[in-house]
Amino acid sequence: MNTMATPQEKFIFANPDKVDRIFSQYPDKKSATLSLLHLAQAQEGYISGSVIDTIADLVECHPAIVMDCVSFYSMFFTKPQGRHKIQVCQTLSCSVNGADALVDHVTNKFSIKPGETTDDRRFTLMKVECLGSCGTAPVVQINNDYHEGLTNERFDELLESLP
Amino acid sequence: MNAFKPVLTEHIHQKDCHTLPFYKSVGGYKALEKVLAMQPDAVIQEVKESNLRGRGGAGFSTGVKWGFIPKDSDQPKYLINNADESEPGTFKDRLLMNKTPHQMLEGMIIASYAINCNTAFIYIRGEFYKEYQLLKKTLAEAYQANLLGQGIFGSDYNLEVVIHRGAGAYICGEETGLIESLEGKRGWPRIKPPFPAIEGYLHCPTVVNNVETLACLPHIINHGADWFKSIGSEKGPGPRLFCVSGTVNNPGVFEEPMGISLKELIFDRAGGIPENKQLKAVFPGGSSSAILTAEEALDVKMDFEDLVEKKSMLGSAGVIVMDETVDMVQACLNIARFYAHESCGQCTPCREGTAWLVKMLTRIVNGQGKPDDIDMLYEITDNIGGRIDFSKGSFGKTICPFGEAVAWPVRSFVEKFENEFRSYIQQVEAVA
Repeated sequence: MNTMATPQEKFIFANPDKVDRIFSQYPDKKSATLSLLHLAQAQEGYISGSVIDTIADLVECHPAIVMDCVSFYSMFFTKPQGRHKIQVCQTLSCSVNGADALVDHVTNKFSIKPGETTDDRRFTLMKVECLGSCGTAPVVQINNDYHEGLTNERFDELLESLP
Repeated sequence: MNAFKPVLTEHIHQKDCHTLPFYKSVGGYKALEKVLAMQPDAVIQEVKESNLRGRGGAGFSTGVKWGFIPKDSDQPKYLINNADESEPGTFKDRLLMNKTPHQMLEGMIIASYAINCNTAFIYIRGEFYKEYQLLKKTLAEAYQANLLGQGIFGSDYNLEVVIHRGAGAYICGEETGLIESLEGKRGWPRIKPPFPAIEGYLHCPTVVNNVETLACLPHIINHGADWFKSIGSEKGPGPRLFCVSGTVNNPGVFEEPMGISLKELIFDRAGGIPENKQLKAVFPGGSSSAILTAEEALDVKMDFEDLVEKKSMLGSAGVIVMDETVDMVQACLNIARFYAHESCGQCTPCREGTAWLVKMLTRIVNGQGKPDDIDMLYEITDNIGGRIDFSKGSFGKTICPFGEAVAWPVRSFVEKFENEFRSYIQQVEAVA
């Protein structure tokens, strides 16, 4: 995809063994696409144009096809994010149990609206759809971890504890 | 009814219940040992006879689905465990993965054996990172104990199981969307037929089963089809994990026989509504089901038939409770927004229709609704999922049932609480 853009440094996977292991699990190369994107994003924090080029080379398809995937799935980011992605579930069960107040709390405290990142790049705030943990609403996913049954106070403590 | 003893969740409160030694100590993998001495056809027959119906939402017979796999094909067969749990109001598969991953895995091995599959996948939703890490350990334990790999339990049966993470897309819970996603593409559902059993993953015969469905299998093998059929409703028997969330005192997953009353589920198991508020409306089977009014909800059994009679569905058995303080127009907007966000964009009625629903509902909530908005909401839902008749198995104007899944609940909100929509709009007229 970045063939039109200014040349970027080629993206290289830090752990080629992991790449090999991923490929060994699937009967064909292209099935490895999502797993490789997860691996690359864990390394880089987001999916850059050079990540797309590298993965397209590996799975032997056009970069546009990899980009097609990246744009479709909500967990892939094409721009750098804050160190901590605060993802507040906003679907019905969380919504009727105080999810909006959690979003407002972050907005008031750090002056960021959903979709924005603090100037010091500490937090990115996002509203997300159902996280599949409705029984412990309201739920916030911060990076990989779920935090369930949050009150404003517990949420606050949690945010303070993040570097 | 005899006192019901939990089947799938019997041990979830015990220490180390997720480990292999624990699972074996309560009879784990005995069913697999039994199955490996059976002919695959006999396994399919037993599951057919049990009348186990899929726990993901569609409720199709598991044994019949397996039976569609061609026996004369020399192509590889694939089993995919659908662990992409994303239906709003549903959080049972996550519980099973966290607490009894081996139960699910044993079910996977049984299903794989029955359909002659040597490579199976667990498609787990990307957000479930902790469960992904846990399942990696589960698989490692199983390989170590020769429950997976070559020559399982000393038989000549081989099976590899691969965990594959999704990346955030509700539509990948639809089985052909899931298969596309596994193939490294956007999760666009396929036109059916061909069904996955004939042409699924990489054009090969494929079965996609839900986590809870698979978890039932060891019990069916251990105790027999007749035992399974003796639990709960006749036409859709067995234990079922009911998720209750929303405005209730004690939300959670409750394992009950099929056919438990919704009233008992809400007011007994889930502890009723906080501060003794009145019940207003309920999603009985995830956000894709038509909502029930309080009156309807208090008079319904949670099984396939009774809910269809009430013009709703059991779906994923995800019950979302809304008390008197919940604004029906805002709740409707919340659900419409979910579907607009998750629409895969492939079919025009759904892609455009969901966006319009959100625009219209937003303007109604913001006090800018127009008198004919209500008719237009009906028109749009009609245009997305016009021919809703589950009894005939017909879908509307889109490739997959997602169209119905948005049209149904939105329409039910407007139909059953039209006054609330009107009062938003009338306020506007009064001001004007």
